[in-house]
Amino acid sequence: MFPGLYVHIPFCRSKCPYCGFYSIPSSTPMDGWFDGLKREVIYQKSLFGRFDSLYLGGGTPTFLNTKLLEQVMASLLDHFHLTPDAEITIEANPCDITRHKAEALKALGFNRINLGVQSFNDNVLKFLGRRHSSENAENAVTHLRSAGFKNIGLDLIYGLKAQSMKEWIDGLKTALAFQPEHLSCYQLTLEKGTVFDRRSRKNIMITLPEKTAAAHFLATSSFLGNQGYMHYEVSNFARNERLESRHNRKYWNHTPYLGLGPSAHSFDGEKRWWNVRSVKKYRSALKEGRLPIEGWETLTREQRHLESLALGFRTRRGVDLESLDATSEKALAMLQKQGLLKIINGRAAPTRRGYLLADHLPLCFSP
Amino acid sequence: MKQIRNFSIIAHIDHGKSTLADRMIQATGLVETRDFRDQLLDTMDIERERGITIKSQAITLPYVDSEGREYALNLIDTPGHVDFSYEVSRALASCEGVLLLVDAAQGVEAQTMANLFAAMEHDLEIIPVINKIDLPSADIEQTKEQIEIDLGLDSDLAILCSAKEGTGIDHVLEAVVELIPPPAGSEENPLEALIFDAHYDPFRGTIVSCRVFSGHVRPGDTIRLMYNNATYRVEEVGVFRLAREPRKVLSAGEVGYIISGIKTVSDTRIGDTITLENSPAPAPLPGFKEVKPVVFASIYPVASDEYRSLVEALEKYKLNDAALIFQKDSSAALGLGFRCGFLGLLHLEIVQERLEREFDQSLIMTSPTVQYRFELTNGDEVTIDNPVYYPDPATISKAFEPYIRASIMIPERYMGAVMELCLERRGTHSQFSYPSTGRIEIQFDMPLAEVIYDFYDRLKTVTQGYGSFDYDLLDYRESDLVKLDILLNGEKVDALCQIVYREGARARALNSCNRLKEEIPRHMFKIAIQGAIGGTIIARSTVNAFRKDVTAKCYGGDITRKRKLLEKQKKGKKRMKMVGSVTVPQSAFIAILRSDDK
Repeated sequence: MFPGLYVHIPFCRSKCPYCGFYSIPSSTPMDGWFDGLKREVIYQKSLFGRFDSLYLGGGTPTFLNTKLLEQVMASLLDHFHLTPDAEITIEANPCDITRHKAEALKALGFNRINLGVQSFNDNVLKFLGRRHSSENAENAVTHLRSAGFKNIGLDLIYGLKAQSMKEWIDGLKTALAFQPEHLSCYQLTLEKGTVFDRRSRKNIMITLPEKTAAAHFLATSSFLGNQGYMHYEVSNFARNERLESRHNRKYWNHTPYLGLGPSAHSFDGEKRWWNVRSVKKYRSALKEGRLPIEGWETLTREQRHLESLALGFRTRRGVDLESLDATSEKALAMLQKQGLLKIINGRAAPTRRGYLLADHLPLCFSP
Repeated sequence: MKQIRNFSIIAHIDHGKSTLADRMIQATGLVETRDFRDQLLDTMDIERERGITIKSQAITLPYVDSEGREYALNLIDTPGHVDFSYEVSRALASCEGVLLLVDAAQGVEAQTMANLFAAMEHDLEIIPVINKIDLPSADIEQTKEQIEIDLGLDSDLAILCSAKEGTGIDHVLEAVVELIPPPAGSEENPLEALIFDAHYDPFRGTIVSCRVFSGHVRPGDTIRLMYNNATYRVEEVGVFRLAREPRKVLSAGEVGYIISGIKTVSDTRIGDTITLENSPAPAPLPGFKEVKPVVFASIYPVASDEYRSLVEALEKYKLNDAALIFQKDSSAALGLGFRCGFLGLLHLEIVQERLEREFDQSLIMTSPTVQYRFELTNGDEVTIDNPVYYPDPATISKAFEPYIRASIMIPERYMGAVMELCLERRGTHSQFSYPSTGRIEIQFDMPLAEVIYDFYDRLKTVTQGYGSFDYDLLDYRESDLVKLDILLNGEKVDALCQIVYREGARARALNSCNRLKEEIPRHMFKIAIQGAIGGTIIARSTVNAFRKDVTAKCYGGDITRKRKLLEKQKKGKKRMKMVGSVTVPQSAFIAILRSDDK
């Protein structure tokens, strides 16, 4: 695998109450942001060689008008070398996807769309603070298909206190009618500093209690499994192996990636660094000729190992048995017995129930 | 020759003892202001942090009065806790007078009384000092009235000061010189020196702090410790300024130190008398007592491969703390460790904390217990300080447990609450006195085990912090005891079993189970926590399995955060112990002694 290239577009028309990613609500991109990006591109262009994935995330990348998106892509493609078969993804908000926009995205070279549908239920969309309706989402998918997109992923959110299991599975059925190649089903998580997080601190229940959340998770996995989707990561499903998100998999298997834009993270195989979480700081750093890096860390062997467990147990490929030491045998046997891990092709992979405890599994292995 | 005064400062905790000592040291010019730090006599980190004194310390202050006469004022700083009351009594025995410090805002408290009685027992001159007069809440008249009525002292003699502000310190020093009698005792008589403390110096061995009552001692003399008749050749004598200051001789009336190649402090006994080998004193000084531990608990290394390191740490620690006793112990749940005896709960906490901090040990301490006695049907008598060795109930004919007399001083309005607490803790033979308007002193006979079980905290809660407490050990009394076992997923955990009073067993079992439920983290499986007497389960709680902990998203920005959380959890796990398949945190073993917050 070649490294991946990520570009963070830090703007949204409005801030959703659950979202913890860095973005600023605005109606136009902030002055100087693109100048900054162009400089960052130049500073970082020779760090890695070729890339076989490009991912525009955010924020809301489709918030940028077609002209600006064109300039962003031109700047990236001028300086970075993508392989001919590269996966080129953009995150899209259903509101932004008109027929024209869909065609423009196709023309700009994107071959994969991640559409932030979140729900096909208008009440849920309202609760989630989304600006679009389910109808918008349905139209967006239709436009994208007409424009020729063969790889569409839908983002969905579930695990809300107010939503029953039946309502959620019905929503999934609606999604499946569009035959998406990829589905991300995120159980609502209270991210620090978000409106939902503050609300829940005031004892307003927003998420499901643990037991019910677990039941919804398992139901989702088995429902989608029966529909022919592979549950390849805790929150991600693909119609087949080829349609798994190539870019995202790099985060999970320690493949290097370069992140551009405010708050973006990068990893070169040993060192990880992250940009400032502020457009203002970002643009002024670059204006002064500095990289907008806020911090970095170099992974020790132990840290790398711990991460490879933590990340590995979140994916269907699991963890290479070779990387576990002899003392792990007891833990492995116990976790197999409890039905949390299975051994396949020399790897310890999580079962459906194992996914539920993926954040705990690394702790079962010493050192 | 310089005149000598030997004195101590006694006070209830937080009434400003260490601050007053600091100011007196500054006032006599012994230490430059720039070298000064607070709590000068409290040299251990733990003393400074907790604001308490654990070890006795002496310091000789140079003082010149208004007429130019020179004095050596020996201030002997005493520990301020009931656990160390014997050490306090030996320090007081080395003095001719005391400054009895009373907080102008708090007034007379239980330890003020206890300290006063201790000073009276030694026939000491008592000078009342009212401290903290700078506080807005200071009530000098009320405090004077309490000194007059509660303590029976002449409040006209009370000196007003604010150690914090440094006011009135001169008057305090003048009073020490004028009111406290100079030491009696002849230099011509055989040497009699009272050991009131000993501490360990890695280069010099044991430094014995002592008060010379008669005779004198010089380097080169051969001294004899009258308790065990061990003899040593004196290498150095001297007095304590800020550091040790060698002298040619220590004579009757003086306070100072002797270095004589004594290896560990355990080779000395506080309260013992030092005399000369070739012209010994006819009899040791009165009041010697061997201190015996009253509270017992086991300590284990968290990781079993750290046992060797714990052995070394304990041996080193013991060099400087003769009161701690320990012997090898092993537990099915916790492996190899030590059974330790302590003077009281504070002593226990101090030992644990110092082992962890100064000796870098990661410890599990089991819940403390007292020493029980049993008469068996075959006529044997056994003493048990570890619940694991509780005799077969069928063989027990009578059980006994240690009792204390608790003295509690409170504002009258808390009387009902305190009575209720004491009765709940099996208090009997109550007595009351009303030392002054609005205040009451309650005395109860109570099992020591009930005091260990969370009594201080509860007293503080029910009196909103206004209750003060002190106790004396009384005797052993017959009792009805049972052994309470704690089971985790059906397995008895020896390190969690307790000896309890039969009538309170169910409540105690329930409390232990609930406490453990709070302490034991959720596992991937359900954990049953049970309390049992014999084969009968009398209490139960459950730690539910966790079903889901996975976070939905893990992309570029989440990985570092996730790893850091895991590193933290892994570190936390190192401080836990595997008991069967259950991971039990270090804190759980002691937490079973805390009662529910009411």
